[in-house]
Amino acid sequence: MEFDFKKLGFTLLGLLIVLNWGLLMSAIMRKINARVAKRYGIPWYQPWVDLVKNYAIRSQITHGIMFYLGPVFRFSGGVGLFLFMPMLITAGGQWTNYSFQGDLVLILYFQFFGMLGMALGAGEGGHPYSAIGISRGLSQFTAIEVPMTLAVISLAIQYQTLSIADIVKAQQGGIMNWTMWTNPVATIAAMLSLLGALAHAPFNLVRAPNEIPIGPPTEYHSTFLGVLQTNAAVLHVVEAALFMNLFFGGASNWFEFIVKTFLIYFWSVFVGTVFPRYRIEHSVSWFLKVPLVLGIIAIIIFM
Amino acid sequence: MSEENNINKFENPYYKKRIVEGPDGEKFEVDPLKDYFCDEHPKVHKPSKIPVIENFLNWARAESLWVLGFGTGCGSIEIPPLMTPRFDAFRFGVQARPTPRQSNVFIISGYLAIKTLKRVIRSYEQMQNPKYVIALGSCTINGGMYFDSYNTINRLDYYIPVDIYIAGCMPRPEALLAGFNKLKELIKEGKAEKANEYAEKFEWYKANQKKIIKDWNMPDYNW
Amino acid sequence: MKDLINKLSVGFEITDVVYQRKDITFLTVAKEKVIDLITHLRDYEGFSHFVLLSCVDWIEDNIFQLTYFLNNPEKKHDFAIRTNIDRNNPVMTSAHHLWKQIATYQRELKEMYGIDFPGSPRLNENFILEGWDNIPPMRRDFDTKQYAKDTFFPRERPQTNDPTEYMKSKLYPKE
Repeated sequence: MEFDFKKLGFTLLGLLIVLNWGLLMSAIMRKINARVAKRYGIPWYQPWVDLVKNYAIRSQITHGIMFYLGPVFRFSGGVGLFLFMPMLITAGGQWTNYSFQGDLVLILYFQFFGMLGMALGAGEGGHPYSAIGISRGLSQFTAIEVPMTLAVISLAIQYQTLSIADIVKAQQGGIMNWTMWTNPVATIAAMLSLLGALAHAPFNLVRAPNEIPIGPPTEYHSTFLGVLQTNAAVLHVVEAALFMNLFFGGASNWFEFIVKTFLIYFWSVFVGTVFPRYRIEHSVSWFLKVPLVLGIIAIIIFM
Repeated sequence: MSEENNINKFENPYYKKRIVEGPDGEKFEVDPLKDYFCDEHPKVHKPSKIPVIENFLNWARAESLWVLGFGTGCGSIEIPPLMTPRFDAFRFGVQARPTPRQSNVFIISGYLAIKTLKRVIRSYEQMQNPKYVIALGSCTINGGMYFDSYNTINRLDYYIPVDIYIAGCMPRPEALLAGFNKLKELIKEGKAEKANEYAEKFEWYKANQKKIIKDWNMPDYNW
Repeated sequence: MKDLINKLSVGFEITDVVYQRKDITFLTVAKEKVIDLITHLRDYEGFSHFVLLSCVDWIEDNIFQLTYFLNNPEKKHDFAIRTNIDRNNPVMTSAHHLWKQIATYQRELKEMYGIDFPGSPRLNENFILEGWDNIPPMRRDFDTKQYAKDTFFPRERPQTNDPTEYMKSKLYPKE
């Protein structure tokens, strides 16, 4: 097989676009939060400045080899999610990255991969708040995964495929063909679990900025933190892109991509601005009630 | 006061050398001061030689000031209003961080008891190299109204290097914002290299700190 | 309240009564009777709330004056039980078994005045001062200003002027 340099170029360009869009989107969301609180808020370029500053810090300390690898695993989790996800479905097929038949399973795996790597790294940091954050994060993410996986299985049964590109292609031809209308129960279950996956206010106890200081990345600083921030920017867009592909008909150009990912991400920010924070046991039991039942119903319908 | 009361008064049992039995019955020796802390002294990290790069990085450092959420004394009540709609320090790139590892700016807000100074030194030394200290209120300048107290320090700059003093008792949040802007100017001019000064004059600072912290039961430089 | 004080003064040898305010009465008793009196007030007279325990250093009389402040929430009345202990041998019976929080007050008094309360829990641990090696700082023979001058690095104070004289000399230099 010949190595496709053109494909690689488009993938890297896509990563650049997604990274910058993720940073801009986080700035916009913080701006929205600020306006809700009647503040002026940060300047729109603040995430870039923070990123440059963190990479420019002169001294680093390490707690061991896993401490190094933690952010690397997290970043490879985010980038892996990006690599195997079709961004845009166009006639030329340049922006489908390295998606293949059955990438849906791989993507579900990659969502957990970063969390586990981060858990190992932050655990070696040795800070007790890291350990609390990890145990909370893993238990909450396990609870999130259940309804999300059920919704995805329902989709796989509905479209009889495990390829994201095929699912997107099956939704083409008008807004009424989207999964949102053909399989609303699975969509609701997945959108509720998205709230937890993006970790905004009702389910942000993992990082809980003013309760346990910052959670898992307590000991992470300078370049480590920069890698984590880069990953967060990529990951949020890619998560939104996954839901766009699965439930909202995908995108055929970057403008459509940006509008749809913004709205999907805005859904979690909207809920987060309105609702206060759940405790961890409440959030776990919440995910195992309504979204879980909806997910099971979604599977039963298409059995 | 009888003599036996003073025995072991300065020793924290947590820091004592001891033999611990593991879960499988194996016994091993633990010396917390050596095992739990790193004792390497701070290094001087020279700024970049290329002015364009250094100016750009300094601009980024100035526009993204992460403040450590550590309140000492009465001035700490002046910091929360900074994040409210009225003052909104987010406009200036000022954000609060709960962990010293990730923060750049340390606000010493008001009088500093010796007990607090010990924690301040530990937190300050955990911060990473370009780090800045804002001393808030007259207590950090000359002791303020506590100048003759047996338990509060008089001059902060003998214990940790200070970039900006904000005078007043207490300064209003506006004064604090003005201090942030002044600090930004200093950083952009490349004059805020007090972390390197701390590393250079480490022995002097350590001697001053040890003069008043009499139960020094931690390593000299604890990362 | 006067009836109660008359009743108490028989058994507990109250030497001095000061009606400080309508709702606060200061009683002075001997050192040995204090714990008995507090226990009696708590168990039989409804003084169920312990407010504070404080100390005054009367260096001229060579005594420490301890004050146990008790409150009766139903009658809304406070009793302050005063007692004098020898300054050269400051030992007092511990009262931590009556209210748990007294142990904390006693730790503070031990650190600040050097008063010993045998049997009080965690009495010799550091309370506020860590590694204090001088005489207890709240005793009046401790010169806190001199100590601060010697220990901390005092900044040179600017020359100050008496405002009246200074403004006179500025505004009317010829007079």
